Amino acid sequence: MLALEFPPISHLVEWPDILFKGNSLFAINKVVLGFFFATIASAAIMLLGGRKQALVPSGVQNIAESSVDFIRTQVVMQTMGPEGLAWVPFLLTLFFFILFNNILEVIPGWQMPGNARMAMPLFMALLVWLVFNVVGFIKQGPVGYLKSVLFPPGVPLALYILVTPIEFVSTFLVRPFSLAVRLFANMLAGHILLVTFAVLSAAMWSIGPSLVILPLPVLVLILLTAFEVMVAFLQAYIFTILTAVYIGGAMHPEH
Amino acid sequence: MSVLAQITANGTELKSALGALGAGFAYGLSAIGPGIGIGYLVGQSVQAMARQPEAAGMVRTTMFLGIAFTEALALIGFVVFILLGL
Repeated sequence: MLALEFPPISHLVEWPDILFKGNSLFAINKVVLGFFFATIASAAIMLLGGRKQALVPSGVQNIAESSVDFIRTQVVMQTMGPEGLAWVPFLLTLFFFILFNNILEVIPGWQMPGNARMAMPLFMALLVWLVFNVVGFIKQGPVGYLKSVLFPPGVPLALYILVTPIEFVSTFLVRPFSLAVRLFANMLAGHILLVTFAVLSAAMWSIGPSLVILPLPVLVLILLTAFEVMVAFLQAYIFTILTAVYIGGAMHPEH
Repeated sequence: MSVLAQITANGTELKSALGALGAGFAYGLSAIGPGIGIGYLVGQSVQAMARQPEAAGMVRTTMFLGIAFTEALALIGFVVFILLGL
């Protein structure tokens, strides 16, 4: 039958150290190199795009301007309103960093999304958690913020026994967890999906004579790669828009 | 009977077998709810966009938010699947 040997998952996501071997805190492997790439690329797009501001944008400036416009109109204005415009740089940085990390999933020869390891999604989710809580504390005051989060108005008095613990868990515990897990699991699932079909294609190839069914997994692999490009964009967008919603919610008390 | 005794004698094998079984169920069951939910959500959003095309941008933003929240359950199931399967 098929010579299918699916590699264990640790082979797909754990990479050997390249630099600073043995020094586990500062060891650099493929995933960390991906983080460096994402940092440099997202900085480079903005620096190159803003270097020479032509009236009619072209090339990199086009990408930079349309992405700023996208974050401004599609993310900030839809969720936070005009007073959230100060958050455009933060959200834009977040969007590009996640996007470049994700898009490494389909770059031929690299094919390892940085967000398929829990470290970076968890760090970003905790950062967002810190940011929206600090914003709430500053904009509404500690008492006002906790009151608007834990005791939402318009609830019958007796129901607060039920509502307050739920609100506490959903705002302070579930939000960062689900933000991190959503990004991480989507990227890991996509990575495993691509590996599965690549292994299947390779197994089909090794059979040789049965070339009749060979095109099918390859076709699915190509379609899935296109799908994963979409997922990479979508996850960056969702992470950004949820950040905007959380910060916007912390800025205005619910009424 | 002797096969069963052989399996129970080897506890780790039974444990990993049950783990694999549980992993399959964990992902399969956790995909049911979000599957129905996302289908309903997107269907209603398409209906809303078709009825009121000028509100399409707002509906789309809210739709993606809803998808993100609904999808989280299935993804947690996927993570459990990975954790149990390893």
